[in-house]
Amino acid sequence: MFENFDATILARIQFAFTVSFHIIFPAFSIGLASYLAVLEALWLWKKDEVYLELFNFWKTIFAVAFGMGVVSGIVMSYQFGTNWSVFSDKAGPIIGPLMGYEVLTAFFLEAGFLGVMLFGLNRVGPKLHFLATAMVAIGTLISATWILSANSWMQTPRGFEINAVGQFVPVDWWAIVFNPSFPYRLVHMVLAAYLTTAFVVGACGAWHLIRKTAPRRARKMFSMAMWMAAIVAPIQIFAGDMHGLNTLEHQPAKVMAMEGHYQSHPDGAPLILFGIPNSAEKRVDYAIDVPKLSSLILKHDLNAPLAGLDTIPDELHPPVGIIFWSFRVMVGLGFAMLGIGLWSLWCRYRGTLDSNAWLHRAAVLMGPAGFVAVLAGWITTEVGRQPYTVYGHLLTADSVAPIAAPAVGASLLAFIIVYFFVFGAGTFYILRLMARLPRDPTPDLDEGPIRTAGAALANPHGGHHGH
Amino acid sequence: MDIDLPLIWAGIIAFAVLAYVILDGFDLGVGILFPFFPQKHDRDVMMNSVAPVWDGNETWLVLGGGGLMAVFPLAYATILPALYAPIIAMVIGLIFRGVAFEYRWRTKRAEYLWNWAFAGGSMLAAFAQGITLGALVQGIPVENRAYTGGWWDWLTPFSIMTGIAVVVGYALLGATWLVMKTHGDLAERARSLALKCSFGTIAAMGIVSLWTPFLEPLYLQRWFGWPTAIFSIIVPLLVLGCLYLLITGIRTRHDTRPFLAALGLFVLGYAGIGISFFPYIVPPSLTIWDAAAPDASLSFLLAGALVLVPIILAYTGYAYWVFRGKIDPEEGYH
Ligand code: HDD
Ligand code: HEM
Ligand code: HEM
Repeated sequence: MFENFDATILARIQFAFTVSFHIIFPAFSIGLASYLAVLEALWLWKKDEVYLELFNFWKTIFAVAFGMGVVSGIVMSYQFGTNWSVFSDKAGPIIGPLMGYEVLTAFFLEAGFLGVMLFGLNRVGPKLHFLATAMVAIGTLISATWILSANSWMQTPRGFEINAVGQFVPVDWWAIVFNPSFPYRLVHMVLAAYLTTAFVVGACGAWHLIRKTAPRRARKMFSMAMWMAAIVAPIQIFAGDMHGLNTLEHQPAKVMAMEGHYQSHPDGAPLILFGIPNSAEKRVDYAIDVPKLSSLILKHDLNAPLAGLDTIPDELHPPVGIIFWSFRVMVGLGFAMLGIGLWSLWCRYRGTLDSNAWLHRAAVLMGPAGFVAVLAGWITTEVGRQPYTVYGHLLTADSVAPIAAPAVGASLLAFIIVYFFVFGAGTFYILRLMARLPRDPTPDLDEGPIRTAGAALANPHGGHHGH
Repeated sequence: MDIDLPLIWAGIIAFAVLAYVILDGFDLGVGILFPFFPQKHDRDVMMNSVAPVWDGNETWLVLGGGGLMAVFPLAYATILPALYAPIIAMVIGLIFRGVAFEYRWRTKRAEYLWNWAFAGGSMLAAFAQGITLGALVQGIPVENRAYTGGWWDWLTPFSIMTGIAVVVGYALLGATWLVMKTHGDLAERARSLALKCSFGTIAAMGIVSLWTPFLEPLYLQRWFGWPTAIFSIIVPLLVLGCLYLLITGIRTRHDTRPFLAALGLFVLGYAGIGISFFPYIVPPSLTIWDAAAPDASLSFLLAGALVLVPIILAYTGYAYWVFRGKIDPEEGYH
């Protein structure tokens, strides 16, 4: 088995597979850790038990997700050595210390306080316990900072020279850490994690609003999530646009692939909304486009010339089809999230946030949207960097370990089986935990599905009274 | 002034790996002993005794691996391909046991499944770590900055022996940990297991120690050459001292002494390996200076490590302190 495969391809599939699984959990746990810290702070501040109840509910879910994040992360940190040993030898002097700092400043912090956060409330009291929760949340953000710095350095490498044995030798650490794409990627990814979590929490709240299981908590979480969606989604779109402009400056080939621009456009490039990229013929079939809009977005000028992939040698093209589509999936979901956010604002204004069943259904449907957008975004970023691992300096084909295809293939197969089984079970448990929101232990006396429905009937234009 | 950065880093990495071995050692050991405690109640208590700290323990492994990539990239880039299968087996073992900490409480019907995952994953990870150790001691051939051996070179009678040795040793750490952290019947049975594991561990250590010098002329020369032969006398004496404390500690029903003595055994075994290796990091091919990253990398990370490692030790100590004392079986952690 696997003798007829190329070890490099198998190693790439293995990396893509394991990292794609991994990123799902951080995207959720970064956001959820911050959400838990907010809930606990609100509980300490307002002394309203509903926040503690919500905290305890999401804490259990966090524990499961975090555990999956940890074990899938350990796989990542060893995979650099097993499958990408040449990359590790060459880029290790730069990537290694960044990941080393991630371990020292973030992983220990998260792990050290996780136990206290999960099991220690009765032992340390509320104040210290809140400190532990905050440390876990801060740890996840620090972790994101370092690993995104490392990844961004691979996209836009700076501050190094290459020594006699071909290693990247650090010259200026400031330039390495704060490489040109890092600030954009950090902002975009952290916002992505917050949005992902907001949509999961929102879906859970909406589900229980529909089912009327625990109206008080369901309303609270739904409302909090919809605020996040309404505020963060537009910021994310703006941040994504800035990120794209930065990419255009440093990795133009990636943007050409995202836009489907095989040809250069000397006087204003069209924005291709949809179409089927045809790399053999170097054109986009069945394209639906808006003339000159791409130049307007990327250059802020309708007639600005835009270079296409024809200015780049064929062997340095990234695979256009994947990037073209993954980018559209991400952007499409970004606008869908914005739509939900705006819709929720409207319902809030009308006073129907808790009762608009169509909004609730839409929110349930959008529950997984963040994960899909995150994966689509990473695929755009990483596939768009091809054929390099360190952009412009080290080819993917030259990064791979001198391993035999059967070894990589067998381990790939093992990971696929284990991941689907283990993370499939974990996802099932998380979904079940979310579905089993116990009834509100402290219901408001005048609360209940009947009142909500009644109020909505009696006062259909409640939101307009202020005018 | 010339600071030997690779040497300092070799010390830090050695410390991280040692911290991993003794911390995750007892924690994997608890998993290895799961099959000997068939009752659900005992298993709940056992798992709860390590649940608040396991993630922190495992983070030392990430520091060992990630640190190796940062400061000895060439060692990282040759050891991992050479030990491809055991490393993959180890991470898969760690996946199963890691998720079991939460999954086991999330289901009644499939609880047995996650009991197996916890026990099996712990054993697999421990055995793979032992194999890794053995294969490293055997030696890894390197040419032109790449591993040049075959895919099955790691599999030898010696590495299987070290694999077994590590499983038994971790079981000893786990059993003495349980003696320290639990009450009653559970502690009683842990005590009798600890005694058996003590003999097992010492036998395994003996076999491995006698075997090692004949693998590599370097080790032979270390153990029987002057002046390092001093250690070949001192280390075994200290081992005997620890063994005495361990066995009398178990017999006289001390709570903490057996655990500390077991830790002592591990530290000594580790020191013995260190003495044989030095200054190689990939014996017999690469010394720590051959494998070291450029000084600019070493000093950058060192600045942080010197400040951060003490802080980490402080709050890790705090986390252990919060959960000190015997486990109260009634205190449902989950
Ligand atoms: C944007 C954020 C992000 C990204 C891009 C990555 N990770 Fe991650 N990782 C986290 C954010 C994170 C986290 C939020 O900090 C996790 C998730 C759950 C956890 O325990 O921490 C984590 C856990 C985690 C762990 C376990 C830490 C522990 O023992 O506590 C390791 C070893 C890694 N990661 C390694 C990696 C590697 C080698 C990556 C690149 C290929 C990577 N992560 C991408
Ligand atoms: C966590 C989110 C990430 C996802 C979902 C992701 C996704 C991917 C994908 C899909 C590939 C395969 C590309 C191809 O072969 O065409 C890849 C490759 C790779 N990525 Fe990432 N990536 C992520 C983060 C990172 C980070 C943080 C780093 C480095 C610190 C990194 C380093 C690499 C390397 C070394 C490869 C292998 C070489 C290659 O094929 O380009 N990735 N990743
Ligand atoms: C509609 C607005 C959006 C735009 C214009 C946009 C733009 C971009 C661009 C251009 C990249 C690639 C950058 C590069 O590789 O150099 C990217 C990557 C990414 N996007 Fe988006 N994005 C949008 C929405 C979203 C949403 C809603 C999410 C998730 C909730 C998301 C998550 C990501 C992630 C995780 C990456 C990869 C990491 C990175 O490079 O930052 N994006 N985005």
